[in-house]
Amino acid sequence: MIRNHSMAFAALGVLLCLPLILPTYLLHLAILVLFWGMLSTAWALMGRFGMVSLGHSAFIAIGAYTTTLLWNSLGLTPYIGIPLAMVLAMALAFLIFYPSCRLNVVGHYFALVTLAVGQIAVMAIVAMRDQTGGSLGVTLRAAEGGHSIFALQFTDKPIWYYIALMVWLAGLGAWHYFNHGLRRATLDAIADDEQAAAAMGINVTTEKLRVSLSSAGLSAFGGAMLGQYLQYLNPEYMAGLGVALPLVFSAVVGGLYTLLGPTIGTLVSIGFTEILRVTTGTALIGLANTIYGLLLIVIIIFAPLGIVGGILAHMSRQRKGAR
Amino acid sequence: MDIFVVETIINGLLLAGVLALLALGLNLIFGVVDVVWLAYAELVMVGMYAVLWSHSVLGLPLLLAFALSIVAIGVLGALIHVLIIAPLLGREPINQLLATGGLLFFLQSAATLIFGTEYRNLGVSLPPINIGDMFISSTRLLSFAVAVIASLLLYLFLSKTYLGTAVKAVAQDRDIVRLMGVDSRRIYIVTSAIGGGLAGLAACLLSLEFDIHPFVGNSFGPILFIICVLGGLGSLAGGFVGAFIISQSIALGGYFLTSELAYLITFGLFILVMFIRPQGLFAR
Repeated sequence: MIRNHSMAFAALGVLLCLPLILPTYLLHLAILVLFWGMLSTAWALMGRFGMVSLGHSAFIAIGAYTTTLLWNSLGLTPYIGIPLAMVLAMALAFLIFYPSCRLNVVGHYFALVTLAVGQIAVMAIVAMRDQTGGSLGVTLRAAEGGHSIFALQFTDKPIWYYIALMVWLAGLGAWHYFNHGLRRATLDAIADDEQAAAAMGINVTTEKLRVSLSSAGLSAFGGAMLGQYLQYLNPEYMAGLGVALPLVFSAVVGGLYTLLGPTIGTLVSIGFTEILRVTTGTALIGLANTIYGLLLIVIIIFAPLGIVGGILAHMSRQRKGAR
Repeated sequence: MDIFVVETIINGLLLAGVLALLALGLNLIFGVVDVVWLAYAELVMVGMYAVLWSHSVLGLPLLLAFALSIVAIGVLGALIHVLIIAPLLGREPINQLLATGGLLFFLQSAATLIFGTEYRNLGVSLPPINIGDMFISSTRLLSFAVAVIASLLLYLFLSKTYLGTAVKAVAQDRDIVRLMGVDSRRIYIVTSAIGGGLAGLAACLLSLEFDIHPFVGNSFGPILFIICVLGGLGSLAGGFVGAFIISQSIALGGYFLTSELAYLITFGLFILVMFIRPQGLFAR
């Protein structure tokens, strides 16, 4: 346990020092990995308990668009805009997840209903093109001088890196919270057999809502921060199945049931795409995702615990063997 | 009633035929194997490229190209089952869903890699049919007729042949049917091949009307899933009814409002119906 703690501190120390050694381009990738890693972690909060949502892109889009549009049109600072966006996302999550819980919409049905929610977000963004810019996207109105704490806009990459690091740690914190003792046992019991869990006196709806609303709120938070960083939003990058699926894939590739799995999965997918992009250029467009898709299928079939989960299982087997 | 409204309703009705065909395939696979193929619309995309390639590059006659596409996608369906689904059958169902999600990614990207992102088309078009002041797309009329005939053939296969009865039996009770001496693994493969073949057939019909590109599946994939869920996953009749409801909602909504709003309302309605009748209109 003590060894684990000191390792965590050492890792955090390394992460804190990264901006000093990384060139700008790699720092940009690191920021993206932290943001998307956090979003994937937020998705895994639900996914690990059998609630496979294919519509989390809707919450991300609500977070990003609400914050950006409030700033662009009313000049409202993101410090108010982001909490508002999170409340909005959680309200939508309640509208979807409360009936789902009560009516026992689970498994395939849950996945496909949430898929429809994600599609609605795309359509809504396109339909409200006067406000959102439709498919062309919307640019965050730059604050004067481009650098403003009030507008949460910074030109320095290292500043964004530390912000992303905090956002990511918040995601890990939430994961840790739901991974704790009784809360996790409760959710595991629900994932295993809802009726049996209810018979044992667990309020299934409350427990499921707690974790799914947290997941939605965190997704909106991460989406809003990502929007502030990128300063440009469009429905292709921020909403729809093209966003929701990679989020799920990162968690599955890295390891759905581990703290760092979703982040490692994100690192693998972004790193892999970038390496292929740099080495093969644009001539072989689609190659990265072709291999990634194959890798995904192979991992699901042969390593269902994911990369991190697989390594952890291997280590614990070895420890047992040594004893 | 306005003549254009009638025209919209009829064209929507005709488009529903192809969607119903696809819903049939997806529901058949779900009913028998208990798996949702997230990449089903991408099979159609591959089928459209198969038609395009064998007609435009190999220079085969169109009908032969169609036959080739149906067979190829049928084989692809069987392969998907053997290579991806079968190893995952004992696991949690969501693993199978996600694996076909990976397949979706793979097929879209592989098509981009091989064919590029340009929009292509067959260059075949049939003239519209003129009834009074109405224009009815004859491509759609043809597709509708073929879709209905194919559905009837499938129905006959399921109810009149030994193999078809076995397929239905597996859908009803996969455990008991083993005691009756049915090899369910073989039935799974047959079902997946039929499901693939239906996607191939739909690809032929769609390639007459729509442009072909690697992401064409995105434009009807989500609609297809809500059709199946609305009708009740695994219910063959439900898929038909769902296809007609959804395509009318989109066609009429698009006529009176904008097409995005039509989709928005359709998806919203779908979610509402799910909360009134979560098991779908025609639950198994």
